[in-house]
Amino acid sequence: MPQRKFQAPTEYQLAARKDQIPDELLTRCPVCQQDCYTQDLTELMICPNCDYGFRLPAWQRIRQLTTTFEELDAVVTVPERFADTAYREKIKRAKATTGLNESVVTGLATLTGQSFGLGVMDAHFMMGSLGSATGEKITRLFETCTAKRLPVVMVTASGGARMQEGAAALMQMAKISSAVVQHRDAGLLYVTILTDPTTGGVTASFAMQGDVVLSEPHALIGFAGRRVIEQTIQQTPPADFQRAETLLENGWLDQIVTRPQLRLTLARLLKLTSGGPSHE
Amino acid sequence: MNKATAYQQVQAARSANKISIQELIDGLTEDFFELHGDRQRDDDPAVIAGLATIESRPITIVGIQKGQDIAANQARHFGCATPSGYRKALRVMRQAEQLHQPVLALINTPGAYPGVEAEYQGQGRAIADCLLAGQKLKVPFLSIIVGEGGSGGALALACGDQVWMFANSTYSVLSPEGYATILWKDSQRAAEAAEQMRLTPKELLADGMIERIVPEVTTAADCGELKGAVAATLKMLAAQPVATLIKARQARYRKF
Repeated sequence: MPQRKFQAPTEYQLAARKDQIPDELLTRCPVCQQDCYTQDLTELMICPNCDYGFRLPAWQRIRQLTTTFEELDAVVTVPERFADTAYREKIKRAKATTGLNESVVTGLATLTGQSFGLGVMDAHFMMGSLGSATGEKITRLFETCTAKRLPVVMVTASGGARMQEGAAALMQMAKISSAVVQHRDAGLLYVTILTDPTTGGVTASFAMQGDVVLSEPHALIGFAGRRVIEQTIQQTPPADFQRAETLLENGWLDQIVTRPQLRLTLARLLKLTSGGPSHE
Repeated sequence: MNKATAYQQVQAARSANKISIQELIDGLTEDFFELHGDRQRDDDPAVIAGLATIESRPITIVGIQKGQDIAANQARHFGCATPSGYRKALRVMRQAEQLHQPVLALINTPGAYPGVEAEYQGQGRAIADCLLAGQKLKVPFLSIIVGEGGSGGALALACGDQVWMFANSTYSVLSPEGYATILWKDSQRAAEAAEQMRLTPKELLADGMIERIVPEVTTAADCGELKGAVAATLKMLAAQPVATLIKARQARYRKF
């Protein structure tokens, strides 16, 4: 039998070849399941196929949305009274991975000459969970902006209230709501940008309290988790039931904005709501 | 009672013998006039709302209730309010503001209803709106956790000037079973979770999360003492100027 020049590789050979491809070369989009070259995600970190925005580190998001940014309360961190060893260990790891002291970065920002308060949550810090220090930073941001008469923009990414902090975590929802009320009563604008994932107690408080609520394509946004729904009421939710597109259709969002458009959209929105002459 | 473990406390809070919110209302008020519907399109039986008098003074009542038997429990989906239920609560809170009468919230819920329809109808937004409304309510607002105070679904109505808990009740960010499942991937360790979670009235009072623990009542006829305490507190709150009341309430939540 003549030797064939081209022979289909065996499965073993295929696996060996695949092993030689560096893992970081390809990235699979969790929404459309397509593999794409990681470099094609660009620094915006979006899927070139479906526009899904990958989870961003807080500082990367801040660079994308601001001209200048002056951080507030950078040192605020989990209070000592939460002394559980396993929890402290988790925080330590989260700090090491992200370089952050908490799951949110807050500060005063400018964008095309307009000033506003900005808070950006980071899902890489304990799933962006809402702890006491997270709540404290967001509350102070609202208080500062109420005093300085500035709009607030919150970019949310969170699994919800941080259960390790118990009722104290739950109370952050009320504490922040109180600060939102005072900001609102001062006649100021609050914009939320819901990113993947925004769930639980964060959805049930400040994420949904924006005067204008924006989201990124395909972001998961919801209150109860899929597994909780499946286990509690034996119902299998449709695949897209908590995707941004479904929420837009049901009237819970103002717009879905792709990441490359977000900076300009925010600048436009701040301009459209900057108010006429004061009537006070 | 003193030696009860945290998990026994959880079981007592969930007990089927717990006084129903309806009976509690009968015991606390003289003439209850129920109000139905969210005025959008639905009426959630898990949320009970209405007008009443307490020591002859008009108040607005809103409660989250379980059923006393299987059929009633199914109708009220086990005390898990839907978005419509929270919108009903919101509607009567605003009405109370208009009528200048205090709001009394009576809470017994494992949590907000988890379901596909509830998500479509904006469960998150419905709770978020209740939190905002509670923080700016221009009338006295007293919240009492009667049985289970489950997570955001309970907090939605627990933004009062004061929050009280029944002796056999719990208030927590999630159920001990949920806590054990997430943390240790084992819902069987709920008892251990309950010990860690600081969800009992005594622990929560010590942590400054609530103002008062009230003795358990089991029938409407038992409610005399509680009624006196509620009436006195609402009267005390009503004596304050509105601005002072709201400022004090916001300060209460600011300290967390």
